Amino acid sequence: MTDLLVSSSLIAVWSAMGVYTLAFIMFTLDLAKRSAWAQETGEATRSSVTASRGQLAGAGGQLAGARATSTIDRPDAPRPPLSLKFERIAFALTVLGWVVHTAAVVMRGIAQGYVPWSNMFEFSLTASAIIVGVFIGVQLWQNIRFLGAFITGFALIALGLATVNFYVDVKPLPPALQSSWLVIHVFVAVLGTAFFALGAGLSVVQLMQARAAAAKGAGLKFLQTLPGADALENLAYRVVVVGFVFWTFTLIAGAIWAERAWGRYWGWDTKEVWTFIIWTIFAGYLHARATRGWRGSRSAWLSIIGFAAVLFNFTVVNLFFKGLHAYSGL
Amino acid sequence: MRTALFLLLLLAIAAVPGSLVPQRSSDPNGVLQYFTTNPELAPVLDAVQAFDVYTSAWFSAIYLLLFISLIGCVIPRTMHHYRALRGAPPKTPARLSRLAGFTSVEAPGVGAADAVESARGILKKSGYRVRLFDGPRGELSVSAERGYLRETGNLVFHTALVGVLVSVGIGGGFGYSGQKVIVEGDSFANVLLSYESFLPGRFFDDGVLEPYRLSLDEFSAVYEQENPAARGQPVDFTASVTTYAPGATTGTPAEIKVNDPLRLGGNDIFLLGNGYAPIITVRDGEGNVAFSDAVPFLPQDSNLTSIGVVKVPDALPEQIGMIGFLYPSQTELETGALTSNYPDLLNPVLSLQVFTGDLGLDGGIPRSVYSLDTDGMTEVAGRTVDTPSIQLRPGETIGLPDGIGSVTFENAAPDAPADDLSNAVPRFASLDIHRDPSQGWVLVFAILVLAGLLTSLFVPRRRVWVKAIESADADGVRLEYAGLARGEDPALERAVAEIAERHSQQLGVKLNP
Repeated sequence: MTDLLVSSSLIAVWSAMGVYTLAFIMFTLDLAKRSAWAQETGEATRSSVTASRGQLAGAGGQLAGARATSTIDRPDAPRPPLSLKFERIAFALTVLGWVVHTAAVVMRGIAQGYVPWSNMFEFSLTASAIIVGVFIGVQLWQNIRFLGAFITGFALIALGLATVNFYVDVKPLPPALQSSWLVIHVFVAVLGTAFFALGAGLSVVQLMQARAAAAKGAGLKFLQTLPGADALENLAYRVVVVGFVFWTFTLIAGAIWAERAWGRYWGWDTKEVWTFIIWTIFAGYLHARATRGWRGSRSAWLSIIGFAAVLFNFTVVNLFFKGLHAYSGL
Repeated sequence: MRTALFLLLLLAIAAVPGSLVPQRSSDPNGVLQYFTTNPELAPVLDAVQAFDVYTSAWFSAIYLLLFISLIGCVIPRTMHHYRALRGAPPKTPARLSRLAGFTSVEAPGVGAADAVESARGILKKSGYRVRLFDGPRGELSVSAERGYLRETGNLVFHTALVGVLVSVGIGGGFGYSGQKVIVEGDSFANVLLSYESFLPGRFFDDGVLEPYRLSLDEFSAVYEQENPAARGQPVDFTASVTTYAPGATTGTPAEIKVNDPLRLGGNDIFLLGNGYAPIITVRDGEGNVAFSDAVPFLPQDSNLTSIGVVKVPDALPEQIGMIGFLYPSQTELETGALTSNYPDLLNPVLSLQVFTGDLGLDGGIPRSVYSLDTDGMTEVAGRTVDTPSIQLRPGETIGLPDGIGSVTFENAAPDAPADDLSNAVPRFASLDIHRDPSQGWVLVFAILVLAGLLTSLFVPRRRVWVKAIESADADGVRLEYAGLARGEDPALERAVAEIAERHSQQLGVKLNP
C-alpha cells in the first residue's frame, strides 16, 4: 500500500510538471500576444495621433487590466479588444496542474503517515504546491494572472530540482521532528514564502514598468497591458504584508519549538540567523514605504532582495551551512 | 524613518557573517577547528569578534542604536496618540470634493439636522468616533474617525519589541544552563558540583538551584528495522527517570523525550543526546581491582560507533590509560577496518588501545574525561606496537601484555540468553538542564508583537465626513460624503460609498439618479 501510494505520488508529480509546462508555455504565449496587440494597436494610434504617445503610455500605466486600456477615450483610433484566450487556457491548466500536484502531496503524506515536509524533497514538493495554491487563491481577490509565467516557471524548477536531486524514500520521522510544531511552524513558513514570492514577482514587474515609463514607452510591449508601477507597488505591498505577518509567526513558533526541542528559544543557529535576516529585510521594506525617497523602485528592490534571501535560506543555507536544521539526509 | 530603515538594513547585513563563520555560542568545536584549518585568518577574524558576532561590540551597537531610535520615535508618537484618543475628530474640511470617494446627492424634503443626525447614528454604529460641526454657511456636518487601533497596534508592536529585548537580556543574566551525562541506574543531584559543564548568567546565584534528585532508570532507543531505506534510523528515544523532591525518599516516575522536556524544580530538563556506557573493570598487575565503572562513550556516527577513554590512576605499578572504540553491531569493512552497521547491540565489540605511564592527572591542570594525553605514556597494545588492540565482547576478560593486569568488558545483563546482548551495555542519556526565569515574558512580548503587527497592518484608519448643505432654492439639502485614508487603506472608497448608500437609504433618497 505504501509503495503504491509513493509511486502514485511520484507519477502525479511528473504529471503536474507536464501540465505546468503547458501552462507556462501558454502564459508565455499570452505575454507574446499582449506584446503583439500593444504593438499593432500602438502603431495604429501613432500613425493617426502622434501627440497621444505619451498619453498612451501614461494611461496604460495607470489603468489596471487590458480591458480598461482598450477603452481609453480616443475616438479616432479605438483599440480592438485584447483577446485573453491564452491566459484563460493557461490559468485553467495551472489549476489542473495544481490539483494533480496537491494529490501528489496528499498521497505522499498518507504513505508516510505524517506531514510531507520533513526533508528537502518533500518541502519543495509541498511548498511549490502551496505557492501555486496561493497564486490561484489570490485571483479571487485581485487579478494578477500576468504573474502566471513566473509562478508556473518557479514551481516547475522547484519540482524538477527536488525530484531529480533531492529525492528520498519514505522514512520514519526522526525523534527531533516528532512535534506538532513541525506542522504549524513549517506550514506557516511556506505560506509566508508563497506571499513573498508573489510580492517579488509584482515588484519585478513594477520595476519593469517604472523603467518603461522612464523610457517613454520603450521596453517590453506587453507591459502596456499590465497595471502601472504605482498600482503594482500597492499590490506588492499588500501581498508582502501578509507574508510578513506569516513570517513573524514562523519566527515565534520556531522559537517556541526550539525551546522544546533544543532547550533554548534562540541560539543563532544558521537557519535562525537567516530567518532573522529575512524578517529584518522585510521590516525594512515596510519602513521604506513610509520613507521619502524610498517609495517606488527602491522598496521594490528590497522586496526582491528579501525573497532572494528566502530562496538562499532554503537552498544554500540548507545545503552548505552547518546548523541544527539539517535532518534526515536532506 | 530613514534612520530606522538604515539601521534595519545594516542589522540584516551585520547578521550575515555569523552564519558564514562558526560561532562560539552555537558551535564551539567548529571555532576550534577553524583555528586549526585557518591559522592565519582565524586570529584576524577573532580580533573583530567574528566568532562572537551576536554579542560583538559592533552588532550590539547596531541593535542598540536601532532600539534607541525606536524608543525616540515611539515616545512622542504615544503622547500624540494619547491626545488623539482623548480628543474628538477634527473639523470638517470646507471642501470635500477633492477627497477620496466624494459623492454628492440632492435630498429634497429632508432637513439638515435630521440628515446629520441619521448620519451620526450610522457612523457611530459602524465604530466611528463622531463629532458634529456647524459650518460657516449654515451647513451641518459629521466628522468621523475610526481605526485608532491601527496606531495603538503599531505602538504595541514597537514597545513589545523593546520588551522582548529587555526580557531576553534579563533571562540571560539570571539564568543558567548545564549539562549532565547520566548512565542507566545512576542518579543526579541538582547541585553545582554534579554538573559536567555549567554556564551561569552574569547575575547567577547558586541559591536558585533546587536540590532535587533524579535517577535514570532506563533509556530506551527504538530504531527502524523494517524499512530498508531507513534501517537503523532512530524512531524514538525515551529516558525513564524517577524524580525526588528535595529531601524526599519516595520518587515520582517521569519521562523525558526529545521534543518533550521535563519541567522540574524551576528547571527544564532536555534530552539532547545518548550513547553507550560500557562497564569496564581493570585489574592491575597485583590482581587488585583498580577500576570498575560504566564509561560513557561518545557516539561518532549514526550507527553509534563510539569513542571513550578509560583512565586508571590507581593501577600498580604504573598508571594505565586506554582509548576505546565501541561497535554496537560490529562488522568489518573491506579494508579490514572495524565499523558498526546498526545502532542497536546486535554484536557489541569493544576495542582498546592500552597505554602505561603518567596520566598527567597530578599536574593540577583540568583534564577532559573524554580525551587522553598520551605524550608521557607508552603504548603497550595498539596500532604502533606489536601487540594489537584488545578486542572484547561482553563478559570477556583479557590479560594485558607484560603482566600489567587485565581488562574485563562486563556484561550488564549476565542472565540474558547467550545470543541476546541487547542489554549487555548500559546506555547513557545526556541531559541539558536550563533555567531561564524570563522566557515566559519573552513569549508574552512575542505574542504582543504579533498582535500589534496584525492590528497595525490590517485595521484601516480613516476619516469620513457627511455634510448636509441647505439648498437655497428648494426645501431640502445637498448631501456630501468623502473620506480620508490615514495610512494604507485600499478599501476607503468602498467604505465611503457604503456609508453614503446606507445613509441615503435611511433618508429615503435615491443615491444614483
